[in-house]
Amino acid sequence: MTTIDTHVTSTPATAGPGLASIGAWVTTTDHKRIGRLYLGSTAVAFLAAASVALLLGIERISPTREWLSVGSLTQLFALQRFGLTYLVLLPLMVGAAVAIVPLQVGARSLAFPRLAAAGFWAWLLGAALAIFSLVNNGGPGGGDRVFVDLFLLAVGIVAAGLLATVISVMTTILTARAPGMNMRRVPFFTWSVLVFSLTVVVALPVLIGNLLYLYVGHKFPSLSGLSSNLALDGVAGAAFSQPTTILFALPVFGFLAETVATSTRQRLRPRGIIFTAIGLVGVAVFATVIQSAVTLRPAFLDLSLSEKLRDLVPFALVHGLPLLGAFLAVALAAKGLATKPKVSAPLVFGLFAALLALLAVAANALAHIGDAGLIGTTFEEGNWLALVFAAVLATMGAVAYWGPKLWGPSLATKAALPLALLAFAGAALSSLALMVAGFADQAGGVFPSIVTGTEPIVAFDYSGPMTLWNTANAAGIALVLLAVLVFVALSLRTFIKGDAAGDDPWDGLTLEWATTSPAPYDNFVDVHIVQSAEPLLDLKPSNRSDA
Amino acid sequence: MIALPSAPAPSARRQLLVGTAVACAALAALLGGMLATWLRMRQQSIDTTGSWMPDGVEIPLVPANIMLLGFIPIGVFAQWAVYSAKRQDRSHTGLALGLVALLGVAVINAQANIYAQMMLPASAGAAADGTFNTMFYAITGVMTVMLVIGVVFSAITAFRYLGGRTVDREIVSAHAMYWYFLSFAFAMLWFVVYVTK
Repeated sequence: MTTIDTHVTSTPATAGPGLASIGAWVTTTDHKRIGRLYLGSTAVAFLAAASVALLLGIERISPTREWLSVGSLTQLFALQRFGLTYLVLLPLMVGAAVAIVPLQVGARSLAFPRLAAAGFWAWLLGAALAIFSLVNNGGPGGGDRVFVDLFLLAVGIVAAGLLATVISVMTTILTARAPGMNMRRVPFFTWSVLVFSLTVVVALPVLIGNLLYLYVGHKFPSLSGLSSNLALDGVAGAAFSQPTTILFALPVFGFLAETVATSTRQRLRPRGIIFTAIGLVGVAVFATVIQSAVTLRPAFLDLSLSEKLRDLVPFALVHGLPLLGAFLAVALAAKGLATKPKVSAPLVFGLFAALLALLAVAANALAHIGDAGLIGTTFEEGNWLALVFAAVLATMGAVAYWGPKLWGPSLATKAALPLALLAFAGAALSSLALMVAGFADQAGGVFPSIVTGTEPIVAFDYSGPMTLWNTANAAGIALVLLAVLVFVALSLRTFIKGDAAGDDPWDGLTLEWATTSPAPYDNFVDVHIVQSAEPLLDLKPSNRSDA
Repeated sequence: MIALPSAPAPSARRQLLVGTAVACAALAALLGGMLATWLRMRQQSIDTTGSWMPDGVEIPLVPANIMLLGFIPIGVFAQWAVYSAKRQDRSHTGLALGLVALLGVAVINAQANIYAQMMLPASAGAAADGTFNTMFYAITGVMTVMLVIGVVFSAITAFRYLGGRTVDREIVSAHAMYWYFLSFAFAMLWFVVYVTK
């Protein structure tokens, strides 16, 4: 099925003064605007959630220094986990996909654009309600019954909103591709978004179902385990942790392949293997569906052969295959870099993001080996943080790369490159520090409940070099925050006051570079015929490295 | 701007059908996930207390079985609507869609009858383990909401088709697919919740 959406019947939303402009944004069905709404809102959410993570990092530096009230720590950990996963990691990828995928596949609009827009507003409403409930003693471990209920409802609304937008994006890829663009010819980023969408369509409803159980259980109390205000961790905690969160960061690998192909101006090969590698990362969705941790039992080597196989086969499926896929995706893209790449900010952001994601996928496999003794430690948190920061770096790269198509001007590589280095250094420092602390048995958890007594005892105290690793973690988060803040400021200045970058500033290979910058409301004047995976490279033989 | 070759008029799209299929996949994951959690909690309860359902609770199987049987004519009528729409037969399409909606309402009514007969308290109170009660209402409630969506889908399809958009047959096919999915989903729910208990 290779078709293109031509049903753009609504008129372009024109920006006017005051309320008219706000109304145009609120009612927009333009995928580029919906994507920008996601990215803008997520930038604000990141600054807030990462600030909470920084506060918690500082709090953990020393057991005697208590900046924060012990009573609020459970809520703050919940805010950090929920915020960075469902208000940052997933919506960043969804926002980038909504903004770019229709341009990449040559569609004039999203399929079901109103559904995508409704998804965004539902997500925003759910996010506001969730934060409101956490502030009012709701959420996991919360003391106010009404606000605990509200938090469960709000997380459900957030998930439903994101799901609605993802369905819209997935349908666009399946039905609105330009003539000639079969599945083997879709750009790498679009392919990764398709795999991402497939897995999200399976993973998010599982979370919503469990939230429904918890909501009914908590609303109508009994001795049921579902009535506990801490039940979220046990029943739905998997949706906030690895390997589910690996699925949420899947487009990172597609973005790397995309930027490598553009930077080297070559047909990145073997295309089928790269597609398969990205698909293998998505196999982790099986772990989400079965809703139980797949681990190698402690003393694995002492087990009988049949018992070893019983552990090893599911482990290889849900942890081994994604690791193989992530490694292949990064390795094949890196192989492409052997041929004189033009170093650009998007390429560096993409490379760093993919390295972080690969680290997280590898760490996830390690965390599920029983003999490593990492379950219940901060190793999981470091692993999760690496994925969140991978998505943040990839989105910064996406803004640098596709900024001209969304806003017009282009970010200066000289200004953006140091930020990529700074953000990567911070991300690696913060996540690795927590992983090392996990090896030293610093206690952690998805929604850790803080033990309180006559003497406040925080669960993360341990006898190892606590100050060193927690200081490194806090410093790393501070560096990422600083990098993102400067990047947002740079982007605002460039996109508001900068000069137009031209239609094809990167000498790109894919369809989005065949339209004007910024792209018009309905993306393309003509319906284009695609005859290869790199349609623009066919027209630019002088740039072909393989010509 | 680079000039790529232009295409002839775009071919027909099947966005609604594909979109409905994706939505059905999401709903299947929702119900599948809930059934998986149901089975896990059931096993935990049996392992620890030796039972799953509270004492004295009986699930009325007659309306549950009638609900399952109701999906057979629903499937037939939904396909009749597709067949009639292909032949541009407005009256038969409208009749078939109306029958689907009517039977959908009957199935919802049967679910309400189950709730009324069971009289299961939603809140088991601080003296009882209400896991079964909680999960029963949550999972059958989700199924009921999916049925209500199906009835609304039938009504919208009928209004659009009878309103004159007879060329747009895709919605009739998408409507049929959604009801086939509901039949499958209810069969799973019926087996796990009403038969296996």
